[in-house]
Amino acid sequence: MASILLFLSLLALIGAWWLSRQGLASKPWLEQGATAALPPADDTPTPASKVALWILLAVIGSFFALFISAYSMRMQLPDWRAVPVPTILWLNTGMLALSSVALHGARNAARRGEMTDLRWGLVAAGVAALAFLSGQLVAWQQLTGEGYRLAANPASDFFYVLTGLHGLHLLGGLVWLGGTIQKAWRTSDTGSLRLPVDLCATYWHFLLFVWLIVLSILTGWAGEFIDICRQILT
Amino acid sequence: MVDVPLGPGGVVAPTDIDDVELYHPHSWVTKYVFAQDAKVIAIQYALVALSVGLIALVLSWLMRLQLGFPGVFAFIDANAYYQFITMHGMMMVVYVLTALFLGGFGNYLIPLMVGARDMVFPYVNMLSFWVYLLAVLVLVASFFAPGGPTGAGWTLYPPQAILSGTPGGQEWGIILMLASLMIFIIGFTMGGLNYVVTVLQARARGMTLMRMPLTVWGIFTASFMALLAFPALFVGAVMMLFDRIFGTSFFMPAIVEMGQPLDRSGGSPLLFQHLFWFFGHPEVYIVALPAFGIVSDLISTHARRNIFGYRMMVWALLAIGALSFVVWAHHMYVSGMNPYFGFFFATTTLIIAIPTAIKVYNWILTLWRGNIHLNVPMLFALAFIVTFVNGGLTGLFLGNVVVDVPLSDTMFVVAHFHMVMGVAPILVIFGAIYHWYPKVTGRMLNDTLGKIHFWVTFLGAYLIFFPMHYLGLMGIPRRYHDIADMSFVPQSAHTLNAFITIVALFVGAIQMIFVFNLFWSLRHGRPSGGNPWRATTLEWQTPETPPPHGNWGKEVPVVYRWAYDYSVPGADQDFLPQNQPGTARTAAGPAHG
Repeated sequence: MASILLFLSLLALIGAWWLSRQGLASKPWLEQGATAALPPADDTPTPASKVALWILLAVIGSFFALFISAYSMRMQLPDWRAVPVPTILWLNTGMLALSSVALHGARNAARRGEMTDLRWGLVAAGVAALAFLSGQLVAWQQLTGEGYRLAANPASDFFYVLTGLHGLHLLGGLVWLGGTIQKAWRTSDTGSLRLPVDLCATYWHFLLFVWLIVLSILTGWAGEFIDICRQILT
Repeated sequence: MVDVPLGPGGVVAPTDIDDVELYHPHSWVTKYVFAQDAKVIAIQYALVALSVGLIALVLSWLMRLQLGFPGVFAFIDANAYYQFITMHGMMMVVYVLTALFLGGFGNYLIPLMVGARDMVFPYVNMLSFWVYLLAVLVLVASFFAPGGPTGAGWTLYPPQAILSGTPGGQEWGIILMLASLMIFIIGFTMGGLNYVVTVLQARARGMTLMRMPLTVWGIFTASFMALLAFPALFVGAVMMLFDRIFGTSFFMPAIVEMGQPLDRSGGSPLLFQHLFWFFGHPEVYIVALPAFGIVSDLISTHARRNIFGYRMMVWALLAIGALSFVVWAHHMYVSGMNPYFGFFFATTTLIIAIPTAIKVYNWILTLWRGNIHLNVPMLFALAFIVTFVNGGLTGLFLGNVVVDVPLSDTMFVVAHFHMVMGVAPILVIFGAIYHWYPKVTGRMLNDTLGKIHFWVTFLGAYLIFFPMHYLGLMGIPRRYHDIADMSFVPQSAHTLNAFITIVALFVGAIQMIFVFNLFWSLRHGRPSGGNPWRATTLEWQTPETPPPHGNWGKEVPVVYRWAYDYSVPGADQDFLPQNQPGTARTAAGPAHG
């Protein structure tokens, strides 16, 4: 359970830092008046959806951290046989990175107010993400072809479950992206698209980050890290 | 989000905010069925959760009938008994308590108490309820599925949960249970994001975090914990579904069933226990923290006294929330763990007693020399303190490895967790319903019926669970369908189980008085006015009662003070609402800190 504890400690640190700026040591029974709480006049509040997205990312993060904890506990048992990594995963990783870059471009285009760049950035991101998902399906097919079907071995089971759940999260993002693309084609006002594109890009970068971690676990690069985690607990 | 314009010099200008961005319902269906108003959603959540609670109550009766009068009721065979246990436990913990505190009270109170017009994402909030309802329907459907519901125990431990010896293990029961839990978690995540972000982003002007009522603090902290803890259950559920449906071996060890070796390799049942309790222990506090918060407000209001040590109360809530994530393995002392592990988890468990004790002291010191009104909400709040202390003390027993090992799997554990996370939070739920019912409906609940309900429930709970501790100490095991041989127990204790059963039937039946009161008072209750308890918090200051969609009419409130200005020297009414400007308070009031 070391990886989830590490992840939660990180969240706790962020939480403690945030709380430390909220005046938790103030004495509200001595205060009166509304002015104490006023933010400076030029302070624009963070949009609620942005805050919600970051909290959602924390939830998804703990979800994958728990899976990695389970993975590292399960792989110690004697029936574990490592799975060969399908080569297509490298191509898929490239696709997902491309998708992320395209969305980043779209975000910058929205800030600059260039509608055409914005639209094509969004579409490119969507296409690359779909390519990633199809590539993952091909990887599944290859693995099954080599005899590593589901229930053959715990390592392959984790492969299917982890890639599958990551894919589902991306699919959820694609629904949101699809809505944003539709909006982008209906309006010519880039200002109204800034927030949704911003949210999409953040979510995409996060899923790329999660994918890189999942990949490093599945390929065994993270073996040393897992060993260290295990030593912490034993 | 609504923002209040500033006048010159940073002074808050009179607010004239349109109720912008709110979806306005146009038909009966969008107003009461597919509603986006948090208050309607809250009532939907509460009604569904209370209905599930009634089902779970009946299940507990059936269990008690078997325990009290073994062999008398032929239809309660071993399978049925385990199914009743499992469904009773899971329903009460997840579908009643969690849903009622966060979905019910959270939805009703957060926007009103922080001075918002609604939750920040009303549409997602509506989805949250409907997904919750779907989870409930899937769960209840398992009663009608072939093989009936799962009988794996509410902890659903593998390998037995998915083997053919357990009811529902190789049929639909376990699948529906896991699916329902996953649906519930998805629905909760939608709701939880709303509760947390509304507190963070939609507070009225002047409502600093340290001016929030403790109810909001409790629900806020618990929502955060639930968002981070439920994924553990989700992960466990996904993996067990794979084990059950696709024959993988995440949790399933190499195993022989009925003489036949199964096609499983060496999975780890212990892994599931870790995942389950990584959710399961924070879950205790997900239920307890909102209860702590609500009780603080009930006590302060009905004792006309500012809460003692507000800051400490907030810090203690946060400390309990954080600590509850590092105690999970105290549920697994008998799983054969490394003794140093046990030592670590016993230590963290006992440390939690410190912030919890701080809260209890502060409640008592709030009552000290207060002007205590022994009305129904206050009675329930006081009963909570007593019950929580009782349940907490036996928790100290069980938190120690050497004491836990012999007591584990006895009725002592059952008595302990029913006191601390069954009876105690339910007392708060009752108290809170008596307290806020006037705001929800505009009428008071009947006081006489309320007092009968209180005394029977409170004393009844003790008559049920005190003897159960004793039976546990005598060594009566839990989870047994029929303890055929009672000769190891003193003769005088042989009839205790029958006694408990009779009391449980009676106390359960008396809850109908409460249900009757809820419906009867809707029409015939005394009109309450907007602020019958003379309370300070914002929900009592709405221009209309019950508050309409949008809560505040034309102007959202501005907050000038904390939530606990009671018995203020020099004030007109002995209390100062949070949205009242002015400086009626003098320095004479002893400040608590």
